[in-house]
Amino acid sequence: MIDSLYIAWQYIRSNKIRTATLIACITLISFLPVSLQLLLGESEQQLMSRAVSTPLVIGAKGSSLDLVMNSLYFSDEIPELISMEASDRVMESDLALPIPVYARFHARGNSIVGTTLDYFDFRGLKVTEGRNLAMLGDCVLGAKVAENLGLKPGDSLLSSPETLFDLAGVYPLKMKVVGVLQKSHTSDDLAVFVDIKTTWVIQGLGHGHQDVTNLTDPTLILKRSQSNVAATAKLYHHTEITKKNIDSFHFHGNTSIYPITAVIVAPYDDKSGTILRGRYLSKDETLQIIKPEEVIDGLLQNIFRIKNVLDAVIAVVALATILAVILVFALSLRLRQREIQTIFKLGCSRLTIARLVGAEIFIIVLSSGLLCGVMILVVNQISHDLVRMLFIR
Amino acid sequence: MINIEKLHFSYLTGDFHLYISNLNVEKGEKVAVIGPSGSGKTTLLNLIAGIVPVINGNIRVGETRIDKLSDAQRRDFRIQHIGFVFQDFELLDYLNVIDNILHPFRITGALKLDKDVRKRAAALAENMGIGDKLKRQTNDLSHGEKQRNAICRALLPHPKLILADEATGNLDPENKDRILDLLFRSVENHGATLLAVTHDHELLKKFDRIVDFQNFQSSSD
Repeated sequence: MIDSLYIAWQYIRSNKIRTATLIACITLISFLPVSLQLLLGESEQQLMSRAVSTPLVIGAKGSSLDLVMNSLYFSDEIPELISMEASDRVMESDLALPIPVYARFHARGNSIVGTTLDYFDFRGLKVTEGRNLAMLGDCVLGAKVAENLGLKPGDSLLSSPETLFDLAGVYPLKMKVVGVLQKSHTSDDLAVFVDIKTTWVIQGLGHGHQDVTNLTDPTLILKRSQSNVAATAKLYHHTEITKKNIDSFHFHGNTSIYPITAVIVAPYDDKSGTILRGRYLSKDETLQIIKPEEVIDGLLQNIFRIKNVLDAVIAVVALATILAVILVFALSLRLRQREIQTIFKLGCSRLTIARLVGAEIFIIVLSSGLLCGVMILVVNQISHDLVRMLFIR
Repeated sequence: MINIEKLHFSYLTGDFHLYISNLNVEKGEKVAVIGPSGSGKTTLLNLIAGIVPVINGNIRVGETRIDKLSDAQRRDFRIQHIGFVFQDFELLDYLNVIDNILHPFRITGALKLDKDVRKRAAALAENMGIGDKLKRQTNDLSHGEKQRNAICRALLPHPKLILADEATGNLDPENKDRILDLLFRSVENHGATLLAVTHDHELLKKFDRIVDFQNFQSSSD
């Protein structure tokens, strides 16, 4: 058998293009369904595990999928905003723990998630380096963000403007990195966590600036009365929150009507959850309460329906490829008639010819299998991030 | 070594007929086969080697009746006992020189490929003047080098009978003598028998005997 393999190998070596084409065809046709299955399995696992661990989500009426994708996986699709009142309402009901989420802004391509400290307990997130959020302007990085950006506690991170051309918009906020989270292999690894009030500062709803009561420069004052001072745009705004200037930061108006994207709701028990869901069934209700598991389940069913179609397509292509490979071998045997005759003339049996062809097929299939295995290993290694890129973000 | 009696042969197409009433070649003899083109010289070698089945008549090689052997048995006999130098070399172009020489050992369990065989193959190639081209693909060889490669392949298993179809046909005079001497030496050293088809009348004097196909009845329609 080794001699047959040797001769087959020599033949394969001298027909590189034909061999490479055959290996590529077999590799691709084996790799496609396996990798697809791998990615779908990973996406199902990623989407479902997080959905199952999130009992309820409250958000604006509209696309429940957008709401779930944004509040659970921090996708770029931002649902209609709701106010902080939605969170207060749950708190007042005494049926569940509300965790407000404001996932709208970004820092160097990563989602900034404004929330409360309850979020970390709810998700079981641990800070491995530094400390948790304590001050306005602090941020805690997901493990992958810290790794990708090479940041550690003590460094700083600038929020990105929402639009490039919003020249009159708010200044980016220089956030202070105070901690890095332990790797959780979830979307949390790819997020920058801040206190919800910090997101309002990023949005410009809260700000810090020079003390206007002591202003002497007349170009900075627009109007002054006994109770109020109106400053001009020349007034210096702080773009970083420090111990020195933190007292100058303030919010105008009632913060309970400030925006958030969703409220994650953790009912104290099943009954409370059911009661709470019933309270959002009214036609006049502007909010919706959804069970992420149901939404994701619906999404996965659609994905798997598409996958079934893809499987059928791949099966047909695989059949065509196998037939083409058989044809290539059959044609190559016809082309090699002279060589086969020579081997016969030397005195070898038909079995030896079959062994030689078998060895050739074995080498090609083995090479394809190895190549396919390596490619699947690579996909497996990057499937987590690939799934996020393909299905979530 | 070879005994042929009342051999009738014709191809299925019916355009060629060969009849040999009697032909004997003694063990260790070096016999040249001559005759005009199309007279059946190559066919005779193919019949003796069992490449073409005998339809009518007897062919005996040593103690073996070739005409009584099955297809598979003829192949086994051929690879173990006959060294065939084909007219058009029949080398495999995807193998290099040394692999072509060793090829019979790789395609049958009857011949064992070991270190000694490899050494002999290299030495044989050296003697044939292609020792420096062992790793070359056969496509890169000249006509004469290909022929020497084919001769090495035929001689390596030390066959009892060597059938050579125009073995020196493509060689220059100097190489012709050299190769023929090597062929003869190999035959003498191993007590083999040589039956060689040739058109080269200058070489005939080196052979023990000449078989002229004009003495046989053959016809091409």
